[in-house]
Amino acid sequence: MKPAPFEYVRADTVPEALAALGGADDARVLAGGQSLVPIMALRLATPEVLVDVSRAPELREHRSDGGVLTVGAGVTDRELELDAGVRAAHPLLVRTLSLIAHPEIRARGTLCGSLAHADPAAELPALLLATDGEVEVAGDAGRRRVPAAEFVTGPFTTALADGEMVVAAHLPLPGPGSGWAVDEIARRPGDYALAGVVCGVELDGAGRCAGARVALFGVAATPVRAHGAERVLDGAVPDDAALDAAAAAAFDGVDVIGDEVHASAGYRRRAGAALVRRALTAAVRAAGEGA
Amino acid sequence: MTVAGEPVRVRLSVNGRAEVGLAEPRTTLAEFLREELGLTGTHVGCEQGVCGACTVVVDGAAVRGCLMFAVQADGRAVETVEGLAAEGGMHPLQRAFWDAQALQCGFCTPGLLMTALVALRERPEWTREALRERLSGNLCRCTGYSTVLDAVLAAGRAGAGDGGDDGSAGAGAPASGEAGPR
Ligand SMILES: Cc1cc2nc3c(=O)[nH]c(=O)nc-3n(C[C@H](O)[C@H](O)[C@H](O)COP(=O)(O)OP(=O)(O)OC[C@H]3O[C@@H](n4cnc5c(N)ncnc54)[C@H](O)[C@@H]3O)c2cc1C
Ligand code: FES
Ligand code: FES
Repeated sequence: MKPAPFEYVRADTVPEALAALGGADDARVLAGGQSLVPIMALRLATPEVLVDVSRAPELREHRSDGGVLTVGAGVTDRELELDAGVRAAHPLLVRTLSLIAHPEIRARGTLCGSLAHADPAAELPALLLATDGEVEVAGDAGRRRVPAAEFVTGPFTTALADGEMVVAAHLPLPGPGSGWAVDEIARRPGDYALAGVVCGVELDGAGRCAGARVALFGVAATPVRAHGAERVLDGAVPDDAALDAAAAAAFDGVDVIGDEVHASAGYRRRAGAALVRRALTAAVRAAGEGA
Repeated sequence: MTVAGEPVRVRLSVNGRAEVGLAEPRTTLAEFLREELGLTGTHVGCEQGVCGACTVVVDGAAVRGCLMFAVQADGRAVETVEGLAAEGGMHPLQRAFWDAQALQCGFCTPGLLMTALVALRERPEWTREALRERLSGNLCRCTGYSTVLDAVLAAGRAGAGDGGDDGSAGAGAPASGEAGPR
């Protein structure tokens, strides 16, 4: 099994990448290649041109300022998880990265590539959704920022237009007084999730929940916010009864997709609710410790 | 830099030696090492990133040789299993595999060795549980993994991560100069 022939362009700048993307009918960005190359080896994709952006210096940077971590499209998962600054500023991201595949995959896979790939079972799009992050997109018309909730539009489908690329992701850092957790059910470490959740809880001075964010992955066509669970928690004291009720409501309005091979919709719903309960408990505990 | 669909020149360092070869853009690094450079120690199994047989070290990080195109390795420093026994004798990690009988058919072994090498460079001391997870990206269909863990833990205790301390091997690999993941 071998990919079909293609033309390879190594872009050293964003304008070079955009020119190459615009120059062919079927050109695709190559970042870490950890999703694209398997798909090409299986001939599920046969792009004419691959535009390699992984070595462009301007995309190889990450920085945090003003409470936001900005990650360029050439930054690998492994660079982020081993970086002392990132580990201190965004432990939730580091924990989320550790759930993705194996270190050998993360050594090349990029955060922005995972967002652009938009696998419904992927962890990072759900993290972006739960934390209200943004995707910075460049195209011929210039740059624009797309909120997480508008970026993933379907399975493996995003708001990127033809000829556009992701240049960076903007990840708001978890604030003080809030607690976060990420968890998933997978058959083996490194496998895609059969159900997963990223959640955060903010407590006010009286110990009430001043805001809850719950995003599910691996259960629907896209990552989704569990608005049912969020509504139950808003303004409530997050005791056992409230967390039980929140978990029970987590799948309200969520169109759960199951399959014969990995897990049925019923399994994802039930196991997913138990997972939400567990993650919310961890988030509330973390919020209490931080306050 | 634009490259047509036909073979292009790729320059890289392999086990500390400068190499030049020709590769079509679609040629993976694993194929390039095997077919263009004749280094058949790197094995190719699933060709979709799942089994780990093709694992090589690029600029200090263990990566899938089947998920990187050779053109992407231009200018990089690559280490393969051949670099472990560069001086002819076995590398301490290889000796530990031998002693623990950590291989049967040997198909997975080059990939496991390169993953384990990087794991031991990250830190020599591992708990069995943590090492189990650290090596979980490499499939072995023969050993049941238990003897592999024995071997890598023993190699860690013997200091195999520093590129060879028994004088028998490792000196030829660029390992010690640029150890550690990027
Ligand atoms: C064995 C194995 C297990 C895995 N397990 C998991 C897992 O548990 N969870 C998980 O989330 N992922 C998993 N992955 C996928 C991996 O995390 C990928 O690295 C990631 O999904 C894509 O990042 P990449 O940089 O490798 O992108 P690539 O493979 O280079 O690209 C993926 C897609 O995104 C597009 N793209 C990439 N970058 C950009 C950009 N800057 N602008 C526009 N489009 C872009 C490409 O054109 C392509 O369509 C696994 C992969 C393997 C091989
Ligand atoms: S051949 Fe590369 S992971 Fe299986
Ligand atoms: S020894 Fe046969 S696959 Fe591992």
